[in-house]
Amino acid sequence: MIEISKVSKVFGSGDAAVAALKDVDATIQENEFFTLLGPSGCGKTTLLRLIAGFDHPTGGTIRLAGDDITYLPPNKRPVNTVFQNYALFPHMTVAGNIAFGLEMLGQSKTQIAETVDKMLDLVQMQALRNRYTTEISGGQQQRVALARALAPQPKVLLLDEPLSALDLKLRKEMQIELKRLQSETGITFVFVTHDQEEALTMSDRIAVMRDGHILQVGSPRDIYNHPVDRFVADFIGETNFLTARVAGKKVKLTSGDVIAAGDVSRHGEGAEVTVAVRPEQVRIGEAGAKGGIAATVNQTVYFGTDTHIHLKLGDGSDLVARLQSPPSGESGLSQGAAVSVQFTDGAVQVLES
Amino acid sequence: MAEFGRRKFSATALPGFSTVAAITFIVLYAPIVTLVIYSFNASDSVALWGGFSAKWYGIAWQNTHVQEATIRSIIIAVSASAIATTVATMAALGTTRRGKYSGQTLIYIMINQPLMVPEIVTAVALLIFFASIKVATGYTGLIYLIVAHSAFCVPFAYLPIRARLEGMDLTLETAAADLYSTPFRTFRRVTLPLLAPGIAAGAMLAFVISLDDVVITEFVKSAGQDTLPTYMLGQLRRAVTPEVNAIATALLCLTVLLLTLFFLLTRKRG
Ligand SMILES: Nc1ncnc2c1ncn2[C@@H]1O[C@H](COP(=O)(O)OP(=O)(O)OP(=O)(O)O)[C@@H](O)[C@H]1O
Ligand SMILES: [Mg+2]
Repeated sequence: MIEISKVSKVFGSGDAAVAALKDVDATIQENEFFTLLGPSGCGKTTLLRLIAGFDHPTGGTIRLAGDDITYLPPNKRPVNTVFQNYALFPHMTVAGNIAFGLEMLGQSKTQIAETVDKMLDLVQMQALRNRYTTEISGGQQQRVALARALAPQPKVLLLDEPLSALDLKLRKEMQIELKRLQSETGITFVFVTHDQEEALTMSDRIAVMRDGHILQVGSPRDIYNHPVDRFVADFIGETNFLTARVAGKKVKLTSGDVIAAGDVSRHGEGAEVTVAVRPEQVRIGEAGAKGGIAATVNQTVYFGTDTHIHLKLGDGSDLVARLQSPPSGESGLSQGAAVSVQFTDGAVQVLES
Repeated sequence: MAEFGRRKFSATALPGFSTVAAITFIVLYAPIVTLVIYSFNASDSVALWGGFSAKWYGIAWQNTHVQEATIRSIIIAVSASAIATTVATMAALGTTRRGKYSGQTLIYIMINQPLMVPEIVTAVALLIFFASIKVATGYTGLIYLIVAHSAFCVPFAYLPIRARLEGMDLTLETAAADLYSTPFRTFRRVTLPLLAPGIAAGAMLAFVISLDDVVITEFVKSAGQDTLPTYMLGQLRRAVTPEVNAIATALLCLTVLLLTLFFLLTRKRG
């Protein structure tokens, strides 16, 4: 659907030049909910603006359904945007805003009225159709922005952190709403966020970005369970990192314990690697249990549904385990207690160093 | 001491603040109030009260000189404010819709030149400039006054329009382009409607400024081209009757009305 090849973008020139995108390659499929995820300043908005046509790349090409659209002006692209600040026209009503794109496309009055009506139903804004957009709440504005962008039935909908201005409850509702709209309309969504949880719950595929590069593209499960490097592992959810050396088909931690890890064939015998394991994959047993790693409890932190146990291994390295809180709320693990630790099968990932 | 540190500076707390304020308002408004009161004087004097009457309004209304001067003033003010507003709108679009550029400050100063150069200097310059054109062409119509007024009205129209443009969200235009609008239609459907209050305010301010002008008009006008203010000035040199008060009061009412509209338009929408 969208093929982004070797796209780079440099702002400014000379000493003041900022490379916002560096040789970015990505392919976005039809009907896909594709998310760009990354920390502030990594180039998410820049990439979105290039797809929308508000800006042109310094190098590379962007294709939409096979056509080169790299330098096509925004009004000629079958792509619509939901802006971060919504950018609703303050001098038009809710219905007027939704009709705008259709009018610009030269559709007939009856056709426009019909589509606007359908869109108002879709986002449940029928009752407020004649209000000015300055007279409705933030969540309502968000829905109008969505309806306005969906009305012309674009091939691709771009959404730049559309939920960031909403409070938590409304945000959760809108996440479900957006997902529903995407599957109902079959339109390709390119969604920008720096909230990893949002990305995991909504996306078909996620592209993790950093410093103008795409580090990894994959399904939420892929990215969460098989992060390519330390940055991705750390950015998507909490992770324990441990230093180890390759020992046969296993790895030997600095604490001296030998554990099974993912694929180590890429690394030579004795090579230093970083292994990652999610806190929920760490199990705590009685001290001295067979095959366990000796550890002591440093601190327990209660989070309601979960309790985090901060542990120290034999060599002093840190490890966090996440356990479901028991009904009493007491984990029964007091500070200084000696325990043994095991990892769920297949939970330990070897990262590219 | 801590109490003192937390207190903010306040001009109203200065000794004598209320006295100075009171005197300022008296000096500003007492003459105007007197002028308005004496426009209803029944006697011929502008200093001796002879009972209430609206007769001077009638006399001014019947005076053909006043009628002609009024019509001339309005023709000039309408044309000049229309021209100045158009020029100012283009100037404001040209100076705000782009990044920083060299000569930015210079252009800004040049547009606002009439606000800074003494009016008498501009008046003399225009007199000399137009005199040579009048001699060369033999044409002595109202055009000279309209052109002169347009020129010095530009900054008054420019400032509110520019302020409005600077407050405008640029992503609205991006959004219009995203929704298949061509640059021209974006200007007509989005930029212009949002700019309208600024343009209206600018036009009104330009209109009032043109209507009130004496100095430049006095220098540029040909014989028999009195506007209302220059006619009044001429009258004052001869016998002064409350007729001038009546005209001034009418002019005052119009100005106050337009300025009120101006403030309503420029006030930020809550
Ligand atoms: N118009 C511009 N001129 C100069 N530099 C820019 C411009 N736009 C973006 N940049 C720079 O390019 C980089 C990427 O910016 P971008 O807006 O794409 O980040 P982002 O990933 O959207 O961040 P955020 O999550 O904060 O919105 C940043 O370093 C930014 O400072
Ligand atoms: Mg951004």
